Amino acid sequence: MALPRFEYLSPGTLDEACALLAEHGADARPMAGGTDLLLRMGRTGRAPSFVVGLRRVPGLADVRFDREHGLSIGALASLATVAAHPDVIRHYPALAQAAAATATVQIRNMGTVAGNLCNASPSADTAPPLLAHGAEVLLHRREGERRLSLSRFFRGPGRNALEPGELLREIHLPPPGERTGSDYQRISQRSQVDIAAASVAARVALDEEGICRSARLALGAVAPTPLLVDEAAALLEGRPITDEQVAAAAALAVRAARPISDVRASAAWRKKVIGVLAARALRAAVEKALAQ
Amino acid sequence: MPKVAITLRVNGDLHEVMVAPHRTLDEVLRDELGLIGTKVGCRTGDCGACTVLLDGKAVSSCLTLAVEAAGREILTIEGLAPGGEELHPLQRAFVEHGAVQCGYCTPGMILAARHLLDKNPTPTHEEIRRALSGNLCRCTGYAKIVDAIAAVAEKNRS
Ligand SMILES: Cc1cc2nc3c(=O)[nH]c(=O)nc-3n(C[C@H](O)[C@H](O)[C@H](O)COP(=O)(O)OP(=O)(O)OC[C@H]3O[C@@H](n4cnc5c(N)ncnc54)[C@H](O)[C@@H]3O)c2cc1C
Ligand code: FES
Ligand code: FES
Repeated sequence: MALPRFEYLSPGTLDEACALLAEHGADARPMAGGTDLLLRMGRTGRAPSFVVGLRRVPGLADVRFDREHGLSIGALASLATVAAHPDVIRHYPALAQAAAATATVQIRNMGTVAGNLCNASPSADTAPPLLAHGAEVLLHRREGERRLSLSRFFRGPGRNALEPGELLREIHLPPPGERTGSDYQRISQRSQVDIAAASVAARVALDEEGICRSARLALGAVAPTPLLVDEAAALLEGRPITDEQVAAAAALAVRAARPISDVRASAAWRKKVIGVLAARALRAAVEKALAQ
Repeated sequence: MPKVAITLRVNGDLHEVMVAPHRTLDEVLRDELGLIGTKVGCRTGDCGACTVLLDGKAVSSCLTLAVEAAGREILTIEGLAPGGEELHPLQRAFVEHGAVQCGYCTPGMILAARHLLDKNPTPTHEEIRRALSGNLCRCTGYAKIVDAIAAVAEKNRS
């Protein structure tokens, strides 16, 4: 089906983009890769009056890393760029895995990590690893910028914390600690091209004795938003991560999950499988931490 | 909505076209420029039939606005063997390995393969299969397509 009509605006700066969005309010949508936005327009036959393309805004496609400041992912950085970035692969492996597991080659070349978050699908593949790595989002508007923990960005299916006239400018991840490992596990009905039916990201940091210094477990596609399981972190921290600890943390993941039944899976199956994925992700994260 | 004037650079040739902003690249390539080698299957980003290379990267032209492709380097299947006489090694391999049946998926398959080989001239079978995960074929069962690309990779190795 052909797309419904709209007007295309192509601002040259971030402030100009925010001004256009503020001016047109609900009649305008920002566009990064367009893989969610244009698909939805085609499906629903409805379009905003104005599409504000971000492509011409300079500097937004950068991915920067240094040991002191951590990782910054600009709003236009593609899933493919992030998946192949050597520092992401090395220091934030769960994110590299998730970006590489999202969609297809073509869609990864077009779609952005920021768009994946802003679209706020409960099954967004990059959300669990970014939550597990403690990401913050930098939200920009003409009046200034605010920083929000990613766990406070998601508000419900398709809903996020962005205000009218506000854009996500950058995703920021803290520097990787010593002996830290992370892993992403996803499962879908058919191949990887399918949207995830359930997914888990785990990150653990160990001390020299193998005691868990910090841990994060994040779930995708089993609640109205991607979800951090704080109880699992509390359980794991301050002790060695034994098989019993992994099983107990996985049980907490199952308890935290509030899945629905849909075309991709039943709620009961999702509940069951989320525990399996959580245990796998935790074990793999521990192995990677030990290998450092 | 008023049409806008854009310049598309397709297979090295410049085309001035007037397009409405909601028109996608596949539509403009086929309907305005007559480049019907680019096929359209699903229009939802799933099948890969509409794959073209944009600045060297495989994208779904059905989810790309023509206005956003303006000024960038677009390669379609027509640009792979410009004279139309000498086939590109990938095209030759597809013919030789029986990787073309109805042919509807072939332009997208070949451009996805070209994107892969540009990044990685000697991919493994597994890497080839992954690189084609966004391209569907209703006819061949994929094995011969993978064989054809592997044959080109093999030549790159020696
Ligand atoms: C065939 C296909 C397969 C897919 N498979 C997967 C999959 O396996 N896993 C998965 O998670 N997703 C998948 N997707 C969904 C989509 O590709 C991803 O969510 C992608 O990351 C979206 O990025 P984008 O840049 O294309 O977003 P866009 O479509 O440009 O934007 C998405 C939304 O975010 C808003 N937005 C974008 N950028 C900003 C910004 N900087 N500030 C504020 N708002 C912004 C837009 O207004 C829009 O509402 C798939 C899509 C297709 C077509
Ligand atoms: S027609 Fe574009 S991906 Fe199917
Ligand atoms: S040859 Fe017919 S779809 Fe692939």
